[in-house]
Amino acid sequence: MKTIHTSQIIDTVEKLCIDANVYLNHDIRDALIKAQSLEESEGAKSILQSLVENAEIAAREGMAICQDTGMAIVFVTIGQDVSIIGGSLTEAIQEGVRRGYKKGYLRSSIVGDPLIRKNTGDNTPAVIHYDMVEGDQLKIEVAPKGFGSENMGALKMLKPSDGIEGVRRFVVETVSNAGPNPCPPIVVGVGIGGSMEKCALLAKKALLRPVGSENPRKHLAELEKQLLDEINQLGIGPAGLGGRVTALGVMVEAYPTHIAGLPVAVNISCHVTRHRSAVL
Amino acid sequence: MAIHLRAPIIDQELLHKLKAGDEVLISGTIFTGRDAAHKRMIEMIGKGEPLPFDIRGQIIYYVGPCPAPPGKVIGSAGPTTSGRMDAYAPTLIEMGLKGMIGKGARSREVVDAIRQHGAVYFGATGGAAALIASCIKKVEVIAFEDLGTEAIRKLEVENMPCTVIIDTQGNDLYVIGRARYERKAGG
Repeated sequence: MKTIHTSQIIDTVEKLCIDANVYLNHDIRDALIKAQSLEESEGAKSILQSLVENAEIAAREGMAICQDTGMAIVFVTIGQDVSIIGGSLTEAIQEGVRRGYKKGYLRSSIVGDPLIRKNTGDNTPAVIHYDMVEGDQLKIEVAPKGFGSENMGALKMLKPSDGIEGVRRFVVETVSNAGPNPCPPIVVGVGIGGSMEKCALLAKKALLRPVGSENPRKHLAELEKQLLDEINQLGIGPAGLGGRVTALGVMVEAYPTHIAGLPVAVNISCHVTRHRSAVL
Repeated sequence: MAIHLRAPIIDQELLHKLKAGDEVLISGTIFTGRDAAHKRMIEMIGKGEPLPFDIRGQIIYYVGPCPAPPGKVIGSAGPTTSGRMDAYAPTLIEMGLKGMIGKGARSREVVDAIRQHGAVYFGATGGAAALIASCIKKVEVIAFEDLGTEAIRKLEVENMPCTVIIDTQGNDLYVIGRARYERKAGG
């Protein structure tokens, strides 16, 4: 049994919120640089270059890469041999988000009620997903998600007869409809299977994988490659002004499902796709 | 070569010369406004109240900036998705709004209003928020302070880089640019 004090959790979450929003992940930076060589027009190349420069300014000045510092999505993987002391784990995470967004001069973008719409003023509450596993480690991953891209996601309960072709069509159609809105070049997370909420969660979790990584299962890796090719034929391009690189990567995650169903969720993320993790 | 444009728009002739795809550098005074501020402005118009600023000839930047860190006038300040303002924009364009800066597609109604009243929709690069913040020299909250990041701010900008997305003729760069690179084969 390992004991972890909530004060340590607060400090960790605070730092993760700031780091995720200020420092562009290397996989994205590398993908943006590679994309420059794939583009033909000077306009598209110069937009990609400005995104790399923007990340450099943000890191140097300690500013957010993007002003939409997102809703804080927190993935917690907790070993069953971990004991939390000092208070509530959930409240410690919320407090970490509260402190991180204030200390990092990050934007408060959360309204307390989706219909009344009054800003909570401290970017809480975060959305927290818990996974219970064996062992005595606590892993926390903070993934701030902007809603320019989040708004362009979609979910559909396909029929089993729709098969892989149906999945492919739905993903490409969703990205096509999103057009310039989600800040292309985008990263696409796809969840297939499970139940309605499970496939949505898989799509979100797929975005935590490094861009360019392959699903270890061969048919899913092939689907990822095919989807990326097709999406990059849409012509949307950097900032939506036309070009060869609409997506930097497509990551697919799958889960067993019911004999009657084929749920598919598409979670679109922008070119700053942020996530930072720590293990306690 | 980028075209220099002063805000508010005095040179209506120059505005009419801008073509979808032109790169511009905007300098002068612009106003911020996004979802909640637009909703309030439209409510004020409905009640016959004056708007917080004279909208004639102005440019509105769809942005909700990050708080200013010490020593800076503003935090990161990139564009938000413009489509959410589509329900409100035609009314403001009819009243004399000449420019909007944002990102993402506009509705048919907005394009029609742009064409009818000779306005322009500019795109700023979504996500280039720290870069854009460096073009903002002065910031003053002028209305709806209770809305936090969504308050209306008067900004002094210098050489803010934008692209003409929809020109006064209604040409739309998102449509033109995408068609240039779209590969229809494969299906």
